[in-house]
Amino acid sequence: MSLDEIKIGGLGASRRRVEDNRFIRGKGNYVDDIVLPGMLHMEILRSPVAHARIKSIDTSAAWDMPGVRLVLTGEMMAARNLAWMPTLSYDTAAVLATDKVRFQGQEVCAVIADDPYIAKDACAKIVVDYEILPPIVNPVQAAAEDAIQIRDDKAGQVGNKVFDWEIGDKARTDKAFEDADLVSKVEMHYPRTHPSPIECCGSIADFDRATGKLTFYVTSQAPHIVRAAVALVAELPEQQIRVVSPDIGGGFGNKVPVYPGYVISILASILTEKPVKWIEDKTGNLISTGFGRDVYLKGEMALRKDGKILGVRMNTISDHGAFFADAQPSKFKIGLMHSAFACYDIPTAHMFATGYYTNKAPGGVAYRCSFRVTEAMFFQERMVHAAADDLGMDQAEFRRVNFVKDDDFPHRTAFGFLTDSGQYEKCLNVGMEAIGYKDFAKEQEEARKRGKLLGIGISTMTEPLGAGNSREYDILGIKMFDSAELRVHMTGKAILRTGAKTQGQGHETTWAQIVAHELGIPAEDIVVEEGDTDTAPFGMGTYASRSTPVAGAAVSMAARKVRAKARKIAAHLLEVSEEDIEWELGRFYVRSNSDRGVTIQECAMAAYSNMPDGMEPGLENTAYYDPPNLTWPFAAYFCKVEIDPETGVWDVLQFVAVDDCGVRINPMIVEGQIMGGLTEAYAMANMQYQTYDEEGNCIGANYMDFLLPTAWETPGFELYEVVTPCPHHPIGAKGVGECATVAGPAAFVNAVVNALSHKGVRNIDMPLMPNRVYEALTTGKDVYGMPPVRSGN
Amino acid sequence: MYPSRFKYESPKTIEAAVALLDAGKGDAKILAGGQSLVPMLKLRFAFPDQIVDINNIPGLDYHRFDADGSLHIGALCRHEDLEHSAEIAQRQPTIAAAAPLVADPIVRTRGTFVGSVCHADPQGDWAATMIALGGHLVVQGPKGKRTIDMKDFVLGPYANALNYNEIAIEAVIPAPKGVARGGYLKLERRVGDFATASVAVALDMDGNRVLRAGIALAGVGGKTIDANEEASALVGHDLTESIIDTVAAAVAAKAEPRTDHRGSSDYKRQIVKTFVKRILVAQIAEKVA
Repeated sequence: MSLDEIKIGGLGASRRRVEDNRFIRGKGNYVDDIVLPGMLHMEILRSPVAHARIKSIDTSAAWDMPGVRLVLTGEMMAARNLAWMPTLSYDTAAVLATDKVRFQGQEVCAVIADDPYIAKDACAKIVVDYEILPPIVNPVQAAAEDAIQIRDDKAGQVGNKVFDWEIGDKARTDKAFEDADLVSKVEMHYPRTHPSPIECCGSIADFDRATGKLTFYVTSQAPHIVRAAVALVAELPEQQIRVVSPDIGGGFGNKVPVYPGYVISILASILTEKPVKWIEDKTGNLISTGFGRDVYLKGEMALRKDGKILGVRMNTISDHGAFFADAQPSKFKIGLMHSAFACYDIPTAHMFATGYYTNKAPGGVAYRCSFRVTEAMFFQERMVHAAADDLGMDQAEFRRVNFVKDDDFPHRTAFGFLTDSGQYEKCLNVGMEAIGYKDFAKEQEEARKRGKLLGIGISTMTEPLGAGNSREYDILGIKMFDSAELRVHMTGKAILRTGAKTQGQGHETTWAQIVAHELGIPAEDIVVEEGDTDTAPFGMGTYASRSTPVAGAAVSMAARKVRAKARKIAAHLLEVSEEDIEWELGRFYVRSNSDRGVTIQECAMAAYSNMPDGMEPGLENTAYYDPPNLTWPFAAYFCKVEIDPETGVWDVLQFVAVDDCGVRINPMIVEGQIMGGLTEAYAMANMQYQTYDEEGNCIGANYMDFLLPTAWETPGFELYEVVTPCPHHPIGAKGVGECATVAGPAAFVNAVVNALSHKGVRNIDMPLMPNRVYEALTTGKDVYGMPPVRSGN
Repeated sequence: MYPSRFKYESPKTIEAAVALLDAGKGDAKILAGGQSLVPMLKLRFAFPDQIVDINNIPGLDYHRFDADGSLHIGALCRHEDLEHSAEIAQRQPTIAAAAPLVADPIVRTRGTFVGSVCHADPQGDWAATMIALGGHLVVQGPKGKRTIDMKDFVLGPYANALNYNEIAIEAVIPAPKGVARGGYLKLERRVGDFATASVAVALDMDGNRVLRAGIALAGVGGKTIDANEEASALVGHDLTESIIDTVAAAVAAKAEPRTDHRGSSDYKRQIVKTFVKRILVAQIAEKVA
């Protein structure tokens, strides 16, 4: 009799999160919870201005304060060749400013003191003499012929351009536009936003001169990348570097890069020979660490009268801030923007992307997405919405006509990706049914007669999750595989370690479920550990929804290797040949007599006490997994809104989310991921953005200006499920963590624009704050850009 | 949170607290709910030499209606006390409407009504409510008690009429002439956000006839906007849509909003007008019934 997989916490069990046992008791162990003997505290002095030449820095009053151990300046970093560091996009970024400050909040000095109060007091005593330079706060200013050059530190840098990059078939696309019955055009801006994890960044560097070992506790989504970076930048021997990511209070892409504070704390520990703790405050996190988005689009679609899309053009201009520090695979300059239109069968497409430096914080991290996929899918679904309107065609029907059909996989997209599975039309139908789509047009018409403004919006997309494969995806040359190491103890309990790093995703729960599925060991008997580079196998970390597609697959493969060895042990114990053994969940048995069997636990005991002659003892294995392709989940979201015509305030009346992320390991956790992602999508659509005034002051430097929605204003979401297993993943799973953040925003915006379509409104740039919606509804005109600096149009 | 260094005292009597303020010569700050002061300490926007914590002074955490119908709110009465008060819900509709809109639920458990009035934030809910209600404050200094009318209390952004050695110990809202009616509306981008615009309306009514009217605004000027003069056009009249339109337009004209990332000045005036109308229309006698 086989085990009940749900009962042992296997695949499909909505098992409660084991990590919550400590989190809900306040017993998590975050970087700031770690206290080491003799530990010093570091505070960073940041630039108050966006662009200025540093004429002088006087740190003498800070040095004079009792309790101050060290004051570091850019010059002192430069003397050790540490004033600049490489970014994840082959650019350089300042660690402490030497020549100029290039954005508000840039790191200028660091004070290391006995306690954080003294460090902060001492920062206030440092006198920096700035010669103010004109700030550049958007790409239009950056591209101007007479624009001041921001990166005058870089030999060979021309103007403020970071890159020109293109992909697709230009000639064929031009031809498609010549043949089109109608060309639909849109212009829009995806505003700058910030991942804003509740826990800010921080580190403790503990350099032991006696052993030469550096132990580095850090809030990193990718501890192994940090170790590699420290080895390369600080030129410390890699075997002497131990990076530990303890519990992490949210990452969302913000904790992928290596930040100046990390590097400075390491040098400070080496110089003081004491552990040095640096904990960023909320303003520091918001104004200096990796932001998301900030891309302008000019999009065009060539259409045939019957609704068929013939070709797509996308021209993007992106604002990268002072340093090109996007966290992305090295082949691609604007991430995976060209994953746009992957769910549509489009003959040809072309994209031209240009990036600029500005006097804003560097970053361009994938805020809960795979490298600019959020922008790609938002632009896609806004272009699709506009095109259907321009054609006078129903929004759902236009999508249905252009979807890749279930039988057409694998499908090569117009930009060159290979999608492999999906049931797009089925998802669309489930959503239409749930939201009452067919009755809406009448409902809207009647509401308009009563002066009420109702709107409906659809967003459908498939996105590439789970980089790599290693042929195409690397970061700084390191291939994007991942790993798992499974060690089964003699009593049949186990420890599993992976190269990923959970930040709330629930790996400690779900990885154990995969092992339970593969071996029949109850999930509660398996402990999961991540984040310590001395013990975990090498992996590229957790972001881009890659954990389940890559590390999760490695867990399966490691477990299968363990099962293969256990099978040999079972044959030995049952005194039959291996070919006569069958497997059912948790147990091997003799094919001719199923009553004769041994459990996986009995095999584990034998691996340590009664192994066959000539067999290595023990029961453990490691798998490094390089996926053959990305995984392609699908989302179909529907949003119904009502706008208050006197205030521009809009309410979500209903939101339906249909997600197909393949096989769900833990449905409860998947639903949590979707709810969280939709909340972030709602935030971006409704209230959340970072902008800069004319002087380059960041508007959005704290939680009163940079808004996170609460349970109060976040609408309810109705979730539906369709399952199309991933054809290449060992258990058929696809990435899901980011689908809702990626597909969500366009559903909200499309709904609001739909409500105002009869007034001639085609676009309102996010965030759709009430005043902007009111402006659109009273003027009948589109609303572009971000206040107070409106740019780009 | 790493504020500047400060001395901390927690006196047991109002007199002792006043003595500490007096000794501080302007460099002492009162800590009541701390929901504005503590963030300012954190950001080092405020760096007082002395914190005088009044939370251990007994007998200040009340709100009560006296026999004459006046409402008295002590210096340590928390927002949530008012939010959950059955008496307030029944007898003081403007405060009842505003209380659940103050900041967020966490702030409301700790922050105080009187502290919020004293903070004189141009976007503060309670200063506007008090002005609309025609209330006054009882304050105590080294020479004893005095009262300050709300119309004279808010001097500018974060500036009030208290001397440095005085504590506001009680807010008083006079008894209504007829039936107390009114409401409070606020446009905010998110719970706990500073208001884009807020409107407080307080009426004393006899049937559909207005006996007294007060309106004040928050978030639409350099300080709380007193529109009681514009509201007084309602006095002696029945509430009708036409008089409401006139008053709403006059109140909107009284606002002094600034264009910023929450919206243009015109937009904020539109919100004021809409909210004044919405609150007043809801008080028309037959709609109430």
